[in-house]
Amino acid sequence: MRQLLLFISIIFVGLLFIARLFYLQVYQGNTNNLYEDNAIRKVYDYPKRGFVYDRNGKLLVSNQPSYDVMVIPNEVKPLDTLEFCSLLKITKDQFKNTYEKAWRYSPRLPYVFLPQLSKEDYAILQEKMRKFEGFYIQKRSLRNYETTIGANVIGDIGEVNQRIINNNPYYKMGDLIGMQGIEASYEKTLRGVKGIKFIQKDRFNRDIGPYKDGKFDTLPESGKDIKTTIDATLQAYGEVLMQNKRGGIIAIEPATGEILSMVSAPTYNPNLLVGRDRSKNFTKLFRDTIAKPLFNRSLQGVYEPGSPFKLMNALVALQEGVISTEERITCYTGYRYGNRFMKCHCRSGKQNNMIDGIQESCNAYFATIYRRILDKPGDASVGIDIWSNHVKSFGLGNFLNNDLYVGQKGRIPDREYYRGIYPNTFYSTYTISNSIGQGEVATTPIQLANMVAAIANRGFYYTPHIIKEIKGETIDPNFTTPKYTSIDKRHFEPVVEGMHNVYKNGTAKYVQVPEIEICGKTGTVENFVRIDGVRTQLTDHSIFVAFAPKDDPKIAIAVFVENGYFGSRFAGKIASLMIEKYIKGETTRKDLENWILSHSLENEYAKPYSGEPFKINRGTTLQVISQEEVNELKKQLAKLDK
Amino acid sequence: MFRETDRHFKFDWVTIILFLLLVGFGWLNIVSASHVGVEVDYFDFSQPYGKQLAFIGLTILLIIFILSIEARFYERFSSVIYLISMLSLVGIFFFGKTVNGATSWYGIGGMTIQPSEFAKAATALAVAKYISDLNTDLKTFKDQLNILVILAIPAILILLQNDTGSTLVYVAFFFVLYREGLPKVYLSLGVALALISISALKFGEVITSIATVLILILNHFSKKKKPSILQPILIAIASIALAFSVNFFYDTILQQHQKDRISLWLRLEKDPAKIESMRRDILYNLYESEKAISSGGLTGRGFLEGTRTTGKFVPEQHTDYIFSTVGEEWGFLGSTFVVVVFVLLLLRVLRLAELQKSQFSRVYGYAVASIIFFHFLINIGMVMGLIPTIGIPLPFFSYGGSGLWGFTILLFIFIKLDSNRINEW
Repeated sequence: MRQLLLFISIIFVGLLFIARLFYLQVYQGNTNNLYEDNAIRKVYDYPKRGFVYDRNGKLLVSNQPSYDVMVIPNEVKPLDTLEFCSLLKITKDQFKNTYEKAWRYSPRLPYVFLPQLSKEDYAILQEKMRKFEGFYIQKRSLRNYETTIGANVIGDIGEVNQRIINNNPYYKMGDLIGMQGIEASYEKTLRGVKGIKFIQKDRFNRDIGPYKDGKFDTLPESGKDIKTTIDATLQAYGEVLMQNKRGGIIAIEPATGEILSMVSAPTYNPNLLVGRDRSKNFTKLFRDTIAKPLFNRSLQGVYEPGSPFKLMNALVALQEGVISTEERITCYTGYRYGNRFMKCHCRSGKQNNMIDGIQESCNAYFATIYRRILDKPGDASVGIDIWSNHVKSFGLGNFLNNDLYVGQKGRIPDREYYRGIYPNTFYSTYTISNSIGQGEVATTPIQLANMVAAIANRGFYYTPHIIKEIKGETIDPNFTTPKYTSIDKRHFEPVVEGMHNVYKNGTAKYVQVPEIEICGKTGTVENFVRIDGVRTQLTDHSIFVAFAPKDDPKIAIAVFVENGYFGSRFAGKIASLMIEKYIKGETTRKDLENWILSHSLENEYAKPYSGEPFKINRGTTLQVISQEEVNELKKQLAKLDK
Repeated sequence: MFRETDRHFKFDWVTIILFLLLVGFGWLNIVSASHVGVEVDYFDFSQPYGKQLAFIGLTILLIIFILSIEARFYERFSSVIYLISMLSLVGIFFFGKTVNGATSWYGIGGMTIQPSEFAKAATALAVAKYISDLNTDLKTFKDQLNILVILAIPAILILLQNDTGSTLVYVAFFFVLYREGLPKVYLSLGVALALISISALKFGEVITSIATVLILILNHFSKKKKPSILQPILIAIASIALAFSVNFFYDTILQQHQKDRISLWLRLEKDPAKIESMRRDILYNLYESEKAISSGGLTGRGFLEGTRTTGKFVPEQHTDYIFSTVGEEWGFLGSTFVVVVFVLLLLRVLRLAELQKSQFSRVYGYAVASIIFFHFLINIGMVMGLIPTIGIPLPFFSYGGSGLWGFTILLFIFIKLDSNRINEW
């Protein structure tokens, strides 16, 4: 039996080793993924990010070099912290904190120790970097905004966060990604594809040469330049006009759906979100919950459309044949339904046909035709769905599916929507506010501008978009195929005529522009906020939609000025100025321009926060800004004309 | 005429083929572990793999030489061989050269020779000779003591050269002595010694002492024929004394790096942060070698494709840690192949040893199997983290001329002895 001891030991050890190998290699073994192999250094080669131009080839966004100090904690050797900190202009505590964070993130992976050095700091540091083992400088390219306009259009880029890295393995710690605007929606086009080099390391972390002779290395692919549909001059002009106001301007070229300008006020200088102060400035903008500069009002602002929506009701009524263009409806300073009354500013007994109805914005007229539309099938439940479908064919009440990074659906109600409020009976009078664009309908400025573009085109629209050209690529066909509304072409002419009369004789008589036939519609929208739990009415929003010229539309526009009171008071003036600027390239109505520049609504915006009772609408006084400030704005305008 | 040709082919070819497999595969892995850059010039004799190729070439000559000597020579001159070998170990203290902290080499021209690698074969011959003497009886204390002296001389000389790994190899002779009649009590003693030492370090002296006493009491009362009560009491006192002296030995005699290795192996340290830093510093080799083996997966990355091997992440990878190269580049399948070939070789030698008619050949064969087995156990067990780090080469695999020749001499003397078994005296 003594022979067996060694024999059994050999067999036992053999089996034990195989079991251990199985545990190490099969059970615990990892796949041969080059990216996860820490014997291979991955060196990324970042391509140039694409430039952004305006529709006329003016450069809006370019690049500037930037330098990040990176650290790989377990390669760090004892160093002269004092010297290092003073070179980086940080305190010793900051050094310690960041270093600990880096270590916690991973001792083996590169961590951004200090992002985005200035060129001057880099020049000094570069010389001394060799002394600090474990630290190195990674060159990146940052955005350089050539102008201060269009922060909300262009957006910005920022460092990827852990969530993005987890969702998309392309991005690595410290990479930059488009965060808002065009930068975000055209991220893939602009960024290109980064190249990678695999380098074999030895155990002292020294590079000993390309892995497999560079067989798996890839070259970077440059980002593509983008030409946007924005007209830089018009955009800048709109931004100056909207100074000291809140709201949005959207201008579209009806023949193509191209967005000419997209102003959201207040705006900010896009250069604030570049470089080391990005997060500080971003937080500041983000925390401003009163003016909300990051909130893109032209895309995200959902408002009741007010009177411009009457155009929709006119079109639906004609399509449904519930009224002829000539039929006159008498207005008794309002519209009575049941025991309720909707006021109108027409003189009592005025008889309006369709053109008059639009020109005078007669509430009684539109209440009448709205009820006829809903009652036509004999059941308002059916009627409202017919109405809703017509309205939705203009792109209202839904996302436009465009290439803008943010958006809102707005709301065009149908029977299903009202089921919650009126489960059983449903009569046309229940929703009468919809006839004048209030009540349950809600739209965003871009949807209204698109609606106007469809009217200008007499029945179709192109999805509004911001992309004009990408080198070597065709534009998404969604943006180049017309979308037809459910209204026949012939029904548009009377509505266009009515809008033309708005300018000639109606509510926009005083904002006419010589030699340009503009068709427009004013809007004045009641709005409320809760102050200390009390529903309080504020000064009405001033709204204006228009297109011009009447017979060969070049521009369709929607202007929205919060608490600007009646439509032609602020919005109408701005719309006229924008139209003239775009079509003629100059401004002849200097009086309108001066008025807009010298008036501010900041006093209106302060009211709800004042804690005191305040007057609205007719009771308000206009705030005039100082002459120096006006001169400052005029200087900005003068720059544009150069 | 027929008999003449027959003589050349009665060597055990199974053993020889297994030997060639190990040497050949070992060399491929030395290429992987030591090549620099992309192109491999297999005959670049300035590189370890080129040198090893030359060593292998010389080994063939050595084999022919060993096999062509009369088998009787080895038995007759075993004492002389042992004596010369011991003198070469003593000579180290006067002419030796220090490499990696161990003074175990002679420098001759550009080459270095490590006499301790040859001392194993010489000692095996001496032990075989002594045991096969008709007057020897391992049951007697005198013979046990003499054998101990034969083993202790090389062991102590090598220990003094600061080469702990090679010293421990002489423990392998226990298998030989046990097979040849060493009383069973020594096996029990060895096992008890190991268990009590580990238990005392891991669980403390008190628990170990109580457990030992309990086991002895149970053992005493479960036996039908009660022996005298004195024996278990003496054993208990000895055990308790051992348990209490282990920690003293651990604290005062062992060097810090040895303590750390044992501490990590037995998980004596509780603070996770400290364990992590110890793993990264003291056990750096093991840490990297386990990772290299893991990264091989089932089928491995392929010859010269291992990134951790190419990057030289595992220190000493072409010598003691050569098995981690097998792990990374050949995966579970390749590693298992190596383990299986070793096991087959060991079992083959063991079987041949049992078949020997002369006790000298049998004892020697047993010694060969025991020594190779001990190296196999310690080296691969260490590389995979199963036992504490002990620097010892993997036979036929690890880089180094002395090692390769030492093991070749060890094995092929036995092949020669075995070839004589049928028609011998």
